[in-house]
Parts: sequence; C-alpha cells; structure tokens
Amino acid sequence: MDAIRIDGLTKKYKDVVAVDNLNLSIHKGELFSLLGVNGAGKTTTIKMLSCLTQPTSGDAFLNGKSICKDAAAVKSLIAVSPQETAVAPGLFVRENLELMCGVHGLSKDKKNAKIAELTKLLGLETVINKKAGKLSGGWQRRLSIAMALISEPEILFLDEPTLGLDVLARSDLWDMIRALKEKVTIILTTHYMEEAEALSDRIAIMKDGKLLICDTADKIKEAAGTDNFEQAFVRIVKGVSK
Amino acid sequence: MKMLTFAGRNTKEILRDPLNLTFMFGFPLVLIALLSAIQANVPVELFVIERLAPGITVFGLSFMTLFSATIIAKDRGSSLLQRLYTTPLTPMDFILGYTLPIIPIAMAQCVICYIAAFFLGLSITVNVLYAVIFIIPVSVLYVAVGLLCGSVFNDKQVGGICGALLTNLSAWLSGIWFDLDLVGGAFKKIAYALPFVHAVDMERAVIAGNFADIFPHIWWVLGYAAIILVLAVLLFLRQMRKQ
Repeated sequence: MDAIRIDGLTKKYKDVVAVDNLNLSIHKGELFSLLGVNGAGKTTTIKMLSCLTQPTSGDAFLNGKSICKDAAAVKSLIAVSPQETAVAPGLFVRENLELMCGVHGLSKDKKNAKIAELTKLLGLETVINKKAGKLSGGWQRRLSIAMALISEPEILFLDEPTLGLDVLARSDLWDMIRALKEKVTIILTTHYMEEAEALSDRIAIMKDGKLLICDTADKIKEAAGTDNFEQAFVRIVKGVSK
Repeated sequence: MKMLTFAGRNTKEILRDPLNLTFMFGFPLVLIALLSAIQANVPVELFVIERLAPGITVFGLSFMTLFSATIIAKDRGSSLLQRLYTTPLTPMDFILGYTLPIIPIAMAQCVICYIAAFFLGLSITVNVLYAVIFIIPVSVLYVAVGLLCGSVFNDKQVGGICGALLTNLSAWLSGIWFDLDLVGGAFKKIAYALPFVHAVDMERAVIAGNFADIFPHIWWVLGYAAIILVLAVLLFLRQMRKQ
C-alpha cells in the first residue's frame, strides 16, 4: 500500500519552475530518499507534502488524504524535522519534548510515557535536563528528531538530518534512523550519497524540479553502468544536461 | 490548551534571558531612581514622582515590543516555526501565543515601577491599581508593534528598529522627560498624532484620580492598538503563508 501518492505535483515561483510535474509513489514503511544538487526541488517537494506551501498544480495524497483539500488531516499524519535544527534554545531538552506534546494535545499520562520512550530511543537521558541551546549539533539533531516523533507520525520527513555532523554523530543518527524504519514511512533528503545508499529502500534523483530516476541504489548503479553510487548520481544528473 | 503550551514556551524564552530581565525590570527602576534624585536637587518641578512614575511605566513597555519582536523574528529565522507550522496549531494559536505572555509581564513591570515609586514618595492609593489595569490596552499597543516588526524584520533589524528607533520615539514624543508645551509647534503636533503621549497622559490622569481626563487619550491608545494589531495579524499571516 502507498503511504504517499504524488500526481503531477508542480510548484512555480514567478518564472522559475521549482518542481515540474512530479509523479511518485512511496510505499508504507519505506525509507525513501530524495537526492539532487542544490535547487533540484527536494525541499520544495517536502514543503508541499508537509502542507507548508501550496502546489501550483497537481496534488499528493498521504495515506489517502489530499494535501490541497485536507491539509489538517495530513498534518495529523506527518512530522517534519527541518534542514536546520528546529529546537527552542531557551528551553531544556525535556521542555522541548513537552512543548511538542502540548501542541499535539497529548494527555499528561501519554506525554510522560512518550517522553520516556523517546528519551530512551534517542539516548537523550544524559542531556534531558540541559538547555537545548547549549547542546552540540549532534545532540540538537537527535532532539529535533525526537520532537518530530512525539506525535507518533505515520510519515516522517527528514530534511538533511546529518548536515554538518561529525562522522560519529552521523553514524549514531544512521543507527537511529534504521531503528525507525518500517515503523514509520521516512522521506529523507540528503546531499550525502553514501547516506542515501546505506539507508534507503529506494532513491529518487531530481534535477531542475524534474524526476530523473526512481529505483533502488543497485538498480540506479546498474542503469548508470557503474558500481559506485556517487558516480552513478553524477552520470545521471550530467547525462540529462547533455 | 495547545495555544497555552506555545504561550508558555514563549514566556520561558523571554524570562530566561538575563538581558531581558535587566531591561524589563532593572532599567525602569534605575530611571525612576536617577530622575527622582535629580528632582531632589533642582528647584523646579521637573520629575515629580506623580508624573514621572506613570511615564516610566509606559516607556518601559517599549522593551515589551523589543522582546515580542525579537522572539518572533528569531523563531522565523530558525526552523522552529516551520516545524510548528506542520503541527495542529492554528494561525490564531500563534498570534495569541506570541501576544498573551507579554501582557502579564508588562503588568508585572508596571507594578514593580509603582512599588519603587511608593518608596520615592508616591501616595499609596487605589488609583495605582487602576493605573495597572489601564496599562493593559497600552501593553496591547506595544505588543502589536512587536508582532508587526517581528513579522516583517529579521532579528538584527528588530534590534535596530525596536531597540533604538521605537524606544527613542517612545521617549521623546511621549512628554515623559519634558513638557511638550516647552517645544510646541510641529513637534507637539506630531507627538499628539502618535499614541505615546496619549498613553502617558492617560496614565497620569488615572494616577491623579482625574478619570474624566483619560478622554480622549484612551481612544487614541485603543484606536492605534486596534489598527496596529489588525495590521500585525495580517502581516504575520502573510509571512506564515510565505514560509
């Protein structure tokens, strides 16, 4: 069953076509990566799917709910961990989690249970009483993802979750994302090829708002005639521009 | 409930900043003490506590504008608002969540100023209680300016516009430090076309117990507050759509 069905999704900003007639299906429980160079349309696609921006034309259905006609229902299904770390810096880690519980209307019992569960899942025990603004980038990312998971989303958007992290912090986050696989449908955007290859069930490559290819990492390498995924990405992106 | 959670977060962010606390409570107290000390040493009635204290309570609200504008501008600059826009919070939750926490803080600032003024000779009367109540519409005006600036400018611009420009406008065109009749002419006309001096005159009338004299000043304050609030809400919704 499809968690997301995208039908001819298009976004235009004046003369610029940021996303051009995108058609895609993402299966339930899948970890799906969106790749592309800067300006490919990845973030705009995520913004449309998460109801942050209206499409110019086309529609997308998240668990059958239209992003154009039923934004409130879509918002109750999803969570977004934005590109930049989206935490309240003046609040303690626990208070950040409580904030998300509150805005999602969780009861007191459910709030405490959820915070305990996510603190354990993301290994936040050691920083739970620290101010979010004082945490390192890696910890802030973890907290940011924990905040996204508070509402028990069926679909989770991770926009460049490991951007700017060191190798160890990135490895820890990969483990965490793997642990979430299948429980939640995850849509990931990244600039790191090895990240997409290591984590994703399927990968879509975009350029200038258009979808160039959508398949497993192995099939993409096969299509590009190389064993190296980064090389395959470069060939596919350059191949279209020739 | 959802709005209150968001409002609670904003209150904590504002009150946990030591610089905010310094400006919020320390600066008005220093001004009252300093100007009262000057008054004690000059032969003319320059900073009489009955006129100075209501003026300071209004001037102190310009920091409320700065706080509300800064928190909104900072949230817009980070991805936190983007995250919150994908939650069930409604546009009204955001607007109330940013506006409501400032009102009790403004009232607390006003109470502290009047307590300080008691020690400097202000009579303890029920009028002080009314003055604290009448500060609410003035607070709404200043918070609306903050909502408006925070929706339009980034946090650095907010520092310049609300931190420098607005505090100066609020100081010079409010008749707190000198009688506007001394300058007169266009300066006085401009001052009376703006809400600041009306807010000060209204508070002074309340403290003096001359309730008939709060008119027409209260209409100026309420009128400006309503217009700026509507404009601020429209601009906030506009930036929300743009995000």
